[in-house]
Amino acid sequence: MAEWINTIIQGILLGGLYALFAAGLSLIFGIMRLVNLAHGDLIVLAAFAILAIAAWLGLDPFLATLFAIPVMFAVGFGLQHVLLNRTLGRDLLPPLLVTFGLSIIIQNGLMEAFSADSQLLRSGEIGTASISLGGGVAFGVLPLITFLSAIAVIMALNLLFYRTELGRAFRATSDDLEIAQVMGIDHKRIFAMAMGIAMIVVTIAALYLGMRANFDPTIGPARLIYAFEAVIIGGLGSLWGTLIGGMIIGLAQTIGAAVNPEWQILAGHVAFLIVLVLRPRGLFPRAFD
Amino acid sequence: MRLLETRALKSFYGDFQALYGIDTFLDQSETVAIIGANGAGKSTYLKSIAGLIRNEPDSVVFDGSPIGAMSAASVMKLGIALVPEGRRLFPSLSVEENLLIGRYGRQASGPWSLEEIYRLFPILRERRNAASTTLSGGQQQMAAIGRALISNPRVLLCDEISLGLAPIVIRDIYAALPRIKEAGTSLIIVEQDIVQALQVADRVYCFQEGRLSLSGRPDELSRDQIHNAYFGS
Repeated sequence: MAEWINTIIQGILLGGLYALFAAGLSLIFGIMRLVNLAHGDLIVLAAFAILAIAAWLGLDPFLATLFAIPVMFAVGFGLQHVLLNRTLGRDLLPPLLVTFGLSIIIQNGLMEAFSADSQLLRSGEIGTASISLGGGVAFGVLPLITFLSAIAVIMALNLLFYRTELGRAFRATSDDLEIAQVMGIDHKRIFAMAMGIAMIVVTIAALYLGMRANFDPTIGPARLIYAFEAVIIGGLGSLWGTLIGGMIIGLAQTIGAAVNPEWQILAGHVAFLIVLVLRPRGLFPRAFD
Repeated sequence: MRLLETRALKSFYGDFQALYGIDTFLDQSETVAIIGANGAGKSTYLKSIAGLIRNEPDSVVFDGSPIGAMSAASVMKLGIALVPEGRRLFPSLSVEENLLIGRYGRQASGPWSLEEIYRLFPILRERRNAASTTLSGGQQQMAAIGRALISNPRVLLCDEISLGLAPIVIRDIYAALPRIKEAGTSLIIVEQDIVQALQVADRVYCFQEGRLSLSGRPDELSRDQIHNAYFGS
């Protein structure tokens, strides 16, 4: 019994990591309808940025993340402003092709700079610390911090969206691009801001990715798939839905692994397919789209 | 100097030409009505002024400066606000948020604050926290006008503000226009409802198939002249 309770707790907490992977993707898709195929690779890029800053300045990964965040914001803002804004329009193909190309460039660039070796962000004692609830039930401190960070990020994004002028501009641009421009909103700048903010979330996701498991330049596409699944399960445009989506995938994976270790990844994809069949628009879709 | 002019304005949707050299002007504190049948080019004319359709720079001149090639966001910042056809409120924003987003690009001082807009359209104050999608057509139109006014524009472009509304609601909406004009805003009103347009306009332009077919003061134009300009003789 305790084993199953542990499995469920681990699954829910793992969902926090997947929600962090997905929140940036959801933000970008929600505002500019951009399907960013390089999202997973940008997470890996951010993980390497934290690794490099930590090694360069001799910092703890958490402190290094504080330095990586403005760097990644600038990368996201610049990427959108210089490259991706040029691809957006009625045709969905150009952004898909360009972000696919970007994915390959990032992977190869990282391979060149850091080699194909696996890396890990040193988490110290926190990485192995756990909290026991008695009766054989326990959970890791790092997964708990990851999950709480996911909640904090989603709350912050909701505050940004629903309590600030910039958030109003994000929602207006998402609703009606043409009329948003008539309101004096420079949509290209808004898109660049959105990508910059998404990269902040990506960097936070990268911190936990790098502390919880080994990473190398090629693992981005798999993170992209988990992020996509969490976004689609939750319903496009719903940040809390994204958290629920992440939790469903996390639960499916840990339960699948408990039944048979070979089923871990497959179980997550099966859960995604089941939700897709039952609720094609996700669990918490926007009322209008 | 004219406040706003179009000079030989030619507008295109891709290869399709919608306007064929339109010359119009608007003076300070003036209300001009643009009338014409469906497809005459009235909305295209407004979109060209608002920057939603890019043209030759000097085909639209505002306060002496060419603005024909400017983006919609840049045009709005200069003080030209559009009430679009079909209202097009932002569905994910509440009524009050829809009003506030109207001053995102331009926070000029002037007579129109949130409070003043609520005074002009009191029903919007009652529905301020409601989703904009729950408003009636008339209330949505009031919100769309308020959203444009809150930036304190020098020119307000109104595209078919009576479209799809009941006569009693149209009357209420049109009752607000003289107050807007009195506050110092110049108006260009695109309308199919000729009677309403002629009642509030200082001057009228009639479009027919992308060309200017008639212009003048409402009291100078005969019914036959308007009929011929509207439908073709």
